[in-house]
Formats: sequence, structure tokens, C-alpha cells
Amino acid sequence: MSAILTIIKREFTSYFYSPTAYVFIVIFLVLSGFFTFMMSSFFTNNESSLLVFFSWFPWIYLILIPAVGMPMWADERRLGTIELLFTMPVTAVQSILGKFIAAWLFIGIALLLTFPMVITVGYLGYPDYGAIACGYLGSFLLAGAYLAISGMTSAMTRSQVVSFILSAVFCLLLIFSGWPPFTDMLVEWAPTWLLQGAASLSVMPHFASIQRGVIDSRDLIYYFSVIFFSLFTTGILLRTHRAG
Amino acid sequence: MIKVENLYKWYGTKLAVEDISFSVNKGEILGFIGPNGAGKSTTMRMITGFIPISKGRACVGGFDIEANPIEAKALFGYLPENAPLYANMTVRDFLLFCLELRGFRGKQLKEKTDKVIHTCFLNSVQHQNIDTLSKGYRHRTCFAQSIIHDPDVLVLDEPTDGLDPNQKREIRNLIKEMGKNKAIILSTHILEEVEAVCSRVLVIDKGRKVFDGTPDTLKGKSEKAGIIHVEIFSSDAAALTSKLQELDGVLRAEIEKEDGDFAVLKVFPDRTRPSQELCSMIHEVSVKERWKLGELKVEQGRLDEVFHCITGNDA
Repeated sequence: MSAILTIIKREFTSYFYSPTAYVFIVIFLVLSGFFTFMMSSFFTNNESSLLVFFSWFPWIYLILIPAVGMPMWADERRLGTIELLFTMPVTAVQSILGKFIAAWLFIGIALLLTFPMVITVGYLGYPDYGAIACGYLGSFLLAGAYLAISGMTSAMTRSQVVSFILSAVFCLLLIFSGWPPFTDMLVEWAPTWLLQGAASLSVMPHFASIQRGVIDSRDLIYYFSVIFFSLFTTGILLRTHRAG
Repeated sequence: MIKVENLYKWYGTKLAVEDISFSVNKGEILGFIGPNGAGKSTTMRMITGFIPISKGRACVGGFDIEANPIEAKALFGYLPENAPLYANMTVRDFLLFCLELRGFRGKQLKEKTDKVIHTCFLNSVQHQNIDTLSKGYRHRTCFAQSIIHDPDVLVLDEPTDGLDPNQKREIRNLIKEMGKNKAIILSTHILEEVEAVCSRVLVIDKGRKVFDGTPDTLKGKSEKAGIIHVEIFSSDAAALTSKLQELDGVLRAEIEKEDGDFAVLKVFPDRTRPSQELCSMIHEVSVKERWKLGELKVEQGRLDEVFHCITGNDA
């Protein structure tokens, strides 16, 4: 357990040693503000909720989270530090979890820094704070799912660029898999079970349901299974690479 | 402390390490030498548990690296090839991180870090970011992380690679000092390093062990080892040569150089007696015959020549 904490501490502080953290946070806040106020005309909606604000997250995350996740293992392999890490008395599970949790916490902090949005709606009207809390929880879980996928693609390659593109595509598939144009493409030839399977992979219904202020165990299970599957695959990929 | 039994490694169908066995005890420094791509790093990576073993067994301090990796890994320090480091940390933070990963806490963290920073001459750069360091400092920082917890076993993959001559000497002295109460494996392709540091040598070539013994035995394999050069002041070198040839233990003697009343003779021993004994016999003869002896020198045999003979068959 203490080894995980040590890894979390190092990974987390390393974000702030490099420009990554600051660039990420600034761009995240600017983008989320821009989309909410300019694209969704937040004020003219005349609604004291953060629904439009949260609705942009699956898209903003699509670019930003792969950027946070891409160095996770690709850099370790490129620099060779993975050889240091895996010859320390630490298990692969501890390393994988430690790195993942550190990155997730970092994104959580960026998410918390959007608090002026909450103050704004609170000042202008009477929002449902429970729904806002759920919105944040849903966004945090979504970030975790994307991040786990980015970590997995990062373990596939030494190149951060390849990792970025792969994870953006995988995350996009998660968004699109329940989307009618995508399912229509499958409906012509795919058996029903595949169609339903693909649709059930979609992240959107789960994201929307938590935003409405309902924490359904099915949504939690969905997010945690995506995270678990991705972390597990990361472990297998790392082991395969070392075996040569 | 380190025990390796019939180690094999296949990469796909390519055999990288074939049937390597050896053991290293406390107080021993084993030099691992061989040409590039011979399988030195692969073997070390298997011993340290970084890559899985295809066949065979490696134990550190009695713990099998595959069955009890955590216990085994706690016992050794490892310096990987090219000394990898996390770039976005200071030297001190990096060393603290390595200690914490190994489970050290509290006062020990500061003590051990201070000590290793002092031993590895890192004082001046300890608060500097690692990516701003020169190669020598980077290498020493990675070396520092391998010895920071004072392990019983050290595995060092090319510990002096990329250092300048002074730094090389410092690190070698350090390794030699630590070798008194640790079991150390180090790989290198610098032969002088083997002579300077190691108590035992293991030569591997194309994944196979081709020699295991002391550096002196390895040198003894040289064809030139044991030849005695006799510098003498005399105008009749041929007569001297035939006189020396009559000595017991001399295979043959020949003139190496002749210049007026000065000559250098080469005496090939038949290896039935030590070269030193032969030297004193030559000395006795020269006293008896009233020769003016300039110098007697025994050829030591050169490691690079032996190395070339053993490993350079198709090079």
C-alpha cells in the first residue's frame, strides 16, 4: 500500500514540475468556459443549472485526457525508467494503480478549479446543488474511464503521439457506439447481439443519467468496468513487452 | 548471494542466452564481459526480474526472482544500462523516491540520502533538476540509487560507461571498496576495468559462457603470457641464446633485437615451472658467465588479446 502512495506522490508532483499541469489546467478552464458561454449561450438559456456546462465534457476530455495519459507508460519505456521501476520491490499492480490514481487526482483538481461556474449559477439563481454535485461526480468518473484507456494505449507504444491518437479514437468510439449514425451502419449486417453490445458500450447514456441527478449503480459499474478492463489490459501489455 | 542455474532466453525463435550458470558470493566481484550483443544485459535483466526467464532459475539471496520477486528485489541494487532517470525531478527528490519505494521512512530517508550524495560526489547538484545534468552526473545519480539502501547484492550494467577518466577511477574505487562485503556483478567491455576491479571474470559470447575464472587465469590463456625478455650487454647474442636454450624449463630462446653490444633476447618457457623461477635461473647464469644484465621482464599476457581469441572467431 505504501508503495502505491509513494508512486502517487511522485507522479502527482511530477505534473507540476513540468509545464503539463499548468497548460492542461488553463486550456481546460478556457475551453469549458468558452463552450458553455459562447457555444451554448449559457445566459440566454435562462436556466440556473450547469447542464450545458457538463454536456461539453465528453468532447473537451476527448482531446485533453489523452494528453495527460499519453506519457504514462510511453515515456517510461522511451526513457528506460520502466527498468528501474520494475526492478524495485514493487508489484506491477502497485505501479499501474499508482500512476493511474495520480493522474486521476490531477484531473480532479482541474475539475475542482471550475468552481467559479458553481458560484456564478448560485449568484444568478437557485440551482439544484445535488444535481451539480452529481454532474461533477459523473465528469470525474468519465475522466477516469478516458484516462484508463489513455494509460492502456500508452502502454502499447513508445511514441506519445501514437498513444494520443489511439486513445482519442478509442474514446471517440465510446461516445459514438450508441449514436444512431453509428448503429445504423451496423444494423445492415451485424447480428442483434453485436448491435446491442456496441450500443451498451456507449458512454453517453451513463453520463447523461448521472447528470440528471441520479446515481445508478449500473452507471457506476459501467465506469468502473471500463477502468478495470483498461488497467488490466495495461498490465498484460506491459508484461508482453518485457517478455520481448 | 546470486545463483543462476541453466538460464535460457529466447526472443521469438532467436536464442539470446543459452545455458548460463554461475554463482557469486559475498566479497566477490564478478566481471561480465563479452562483445556487444553477447547477452550480458539480457542476463542481468533476467537476474533482476525485469524480463521473464525462458528457462532456468535465478536466485538472489535465496529468493527465486520469479517466485518471490518482491523479497528478491529488496535485496539488490541495480544500475540499468544507460542509467535511466526520471527527468522532471531534482537529484535529491529522485533518491528519496527510490528509498521510499524500498520502504524506508522517517529519519532513515534523510540519513541515507545524505550519505549516498556524499559518497557519489553529488553535493553540488543535489537540488538541480535531473534533465539539466551532464552525462557524468546523471550516471552517478543512477549509480547512487543502486547503492542507496546499502544492498547485499549489486548488479551494475556498464557502471563506468560515459564517464571521464577521473570519474571512472572514482567509481571503480568505490565498487572495489564495496566489493569487500557485497556480492557484485558488473558488466563491461572495457578490459582494464576487469583487471582493476574484478576478482572473477565470466566471458560470454553469442549467449554462451566461454570462460569462468580469475582475471589472471584469463590472461594466462594469452599466447604471449610468461615470455621473458632479457636485456643484455653483449656483442655475441647468438652464443647467449644457445646458452639460455640449454636451461631447464626453456622451450626456446631467440634474438628479439640486436644493436652493437646490446641485445634483447626472448625466452619462451615450456610452462613446466613458473616464470619467476625461470627469471632467477637466468639471473644465476648471467652472474656465473659474467654477463651484464640490463633488465628481466616477464610478459603478463594481455586481456584484450585473449578476449579477441575467445570471442572474435568470426569477427
